[in-house]
Amino acid sequence: MLEIRGLAAAINEKPILKGIDLTVPDGEVHAIMGPNGSGKSTLGYVLSGREDYAVTAGSATFNGIDLLDMEPEARAAAGLFLAFQAPIELPGVNNANFLRTALNAIRRSRGESELDAVQFLKLARAEAKRLAMPDDMLKRNVNVGFSGGEKKRNEVLQMALLRPKLAILDETDSGLDIDALKIVADGVNALRGPEFSALVITHHQRLLDHLVPNRVHVLLNGQIVRSGGPELAKELEKRGYGDLIAEAA
Amino acid sequence: MSTGAAGFLERYDSVLNALPGDSALRAAAADAFRTVGLPGGTRGRPIEAWKYTSLRALAETKFHRDAAPRHEAETILANLPLLDAPRIVFVDGVLRADLSVMLAPSVMPGAGPASTPSSAFSVARFADQADFGTLTWPDREPMVALNTMLAEDGAILHVPAGHDAGIVQLISIATSDADFHPRHTIRLGENARLALVEIAAGQGAYLLNTVAEIHVADGAALTHVRLQNEAAMAFHVSTTYADVQAGGTYDSFTLNIGARLCRTEVHAQLSGAGAAAHLNAAQLLVGSQHGDFTSVVSHTAPNCQSRQTVKNVLAGRSRGVFQGRIEVARGAQKTDGYQMNQALLLSPHAEIDTKPELEIFADDVKCSHGATVGELDADQMFYLRSRGVPEAEARAILVRAFLTEALDAVTDETIRAWLENAVAGWWEKLAA
Ligand SMILES: Nc1ncnc2c1ncn2[C@@H]1O[C@H](COP(=O)(O)OP(=O)(O)OP(=O)(O)O)[C@@H](O)[C@H]1O
Ligand SMILES: [Mg+2]
Repeated sequence: MLEIRGLAAAINEKPILKGIDLTVPDGEVHAIMGPNGSGKSTLGYVLSGREDYAVTAGSATFNGIDLLDMEPEARAAAGLFLAFQAPIELPGVNNANFLRTALNAIRRSRGESELDAVQFLKLARAEAKRLAMPDDMLKRNVNVGFSGGEKKRNEVLQMALLRPKLAILDETDSGLDIDALKIVADGVNALRGPEFSALVITHHQRLLDHLVPNRVHVLLNGQIVRSGGPELAKELEKRGYGDLIAEAA
Repeated sequence: MSTGAAGFLERYDSVLNALPGDSALRAAAADAFRTVGLPGGTRGRPIEAWKYTSLRALAETKFHRDAAPRHEAETILANLPLLDAPRIVFVDGVLRADLSVMLAPSVMPGAGPASTPSSAFSVARFADQADFGTLTWPDREPMVALNTMLAEDGAILHVPAGHDAGIVQLISIATSDADFHPRHTIRLGENARLALVEIAAGQGAYLLNTVAEIHVADGAALTHVRLQNEAAMAFHVSTTYADVQAGGTYDSFTLNIGARLCRTEVHAQLSGAGAAAHLNAAQLLVGSQHGDFTSVVSHTAPNCQSRQTVKNVLAGRSRGVFQGRIEVARGAQKTDGYQMNQALLLSPHAEIDTKPELEIFADDVKCSHGATVGELDADQMFYLRSRGVPEAEARAILVRAFLTEALDAVTDETIRAWLENAVAGWWEKLAA
């Protein structure tokens, strides 16, 4: 599904990612953990095509196609989805319109027919209900005045509607209450299958109890310094990053 | 024929005997115009009110008044986004009853019947009963002086007290490379209502220089919506004077899309207690277009409210201008004035000039103004694109969001939807 080789990236000429190798096979969920500022969000942004990052070395392919050459919308059309750590507010843009525009853009690129307002609302309401989101969040402006947890749920709602092949969830669990955490994990689990993979960025073991990863990677100072099975997350939860930081130094 | 002010004055001299109405008034206007000239023109005097907009290009353009029309008015009309409502159509500044569609009680011989239910208003033409009104200042405004000098035709619309005339469209179509100076008067009697939708379009390198005088009597409400979508080589200057009496409302929205140079100037006087004026506008400019929205709101009675939200979306090398003056007279206590000008620059070469002015002589007033200039937000663009929304569509969504505050102030849903379409059409033009 996703193959990253020697990926290095900089922002404002400051190197952030310093040679990342990572393979996420079809159907697998991988977790990425690591201290604040280690470059986890940067990895998500670089993979989804944010313009202010300069890729300085390496490659990233998604189902065999070169991701790094594509526009962000083309990556989304190919099936990539990034749930933002800090979802963006769009004042003046109605959430339902936003979701429908996005879904129809993706459907167009897949050669599927566009949904009209009625068809879309039916689908969106059903998904919102599964995520225990009140209907009125569809009527409001995108993320404007949403609580931290509501913004995260709105990200998951987008994922559920767009049905990506690869979802990068950047701390989607932060700020969620205990019930919401379970709902979000269920949301991801519902998509799981041979055609769906996920890269889950998190600081907490708790999400991984619900969403058991195939692999856990530790990102430190722009590099993956340790990879292991689900037990690695438990170990980090107990011992922190101290040993790894000392080892790297 | 010469170009510029001299050319207009030569024509005035040659046609003055054939022009309708008060010839002394025209002569005074011609004197004023002769003294001031075209702002920015070679012999024009510098005028503070025209600091950011030069009519030099206009002064250098030759207008061919006697040339045959080069384009078909019918075709242009057929391509306009018309509402299903009565319409009064002017072609090259002259009323065309055959293209107009009116209602039963109106007085316009030759106009076809409308498909909407009848309402009450009457129309006369300036050519028949020249009415220069009482609100205009040809001595202070060169383009008003020019209009007063050369006005030939226009609509004189009257909605009697207590009547709701619904929507009426006032359409200007230009078909030749000439100059046109329509003169309109709109009068609403007490508690009358009207939604006046003005559309200006055409083909060629022409000048449309409209003056409109508007009287809103006690308790009356005029909604005035304008779509300026002139030809790319055209000049559009429009000066409106509105007087609003006690409890009356003048609620306007102007959408400027076309013309190489456009100046929309509105003078609104709130002269009865509790009157309100809303002067909202959006200017969407590309290429080297120049769009100027200038307003003077004068509060002369207590408890009046004025609201102005002007949004500029500027692409290419276009230039937007907003000048807004709020005057509050000594007796105009409890005045509530608000003015906001915002610009979204879609290109590093686009430019906005903003000049707000408050002139307050009363002590118990609430007046505020503000201005912002920004670019499209990179995070918002990326967010939309990361959801699969193509770049052009993402920009359109954010620009539409930027316009929300001004567009949503248009309360009539039919008219708002119609404006939304015009905005959508602008995107196609930008993409082309
Ligand atoms: N515009 C920028 N200019 C300079 N440095 C930046 C810029 N944007 C991000 N950085 C730096 O890049 C580094 C990596 O940031 P990133 O957001 O990827 O960290 P993270 O691992 O996601 O952290 P967290 O766990 O706190 O979310 C940080 O040190 C951050 O300060
Ligand atoms: Mg982060």
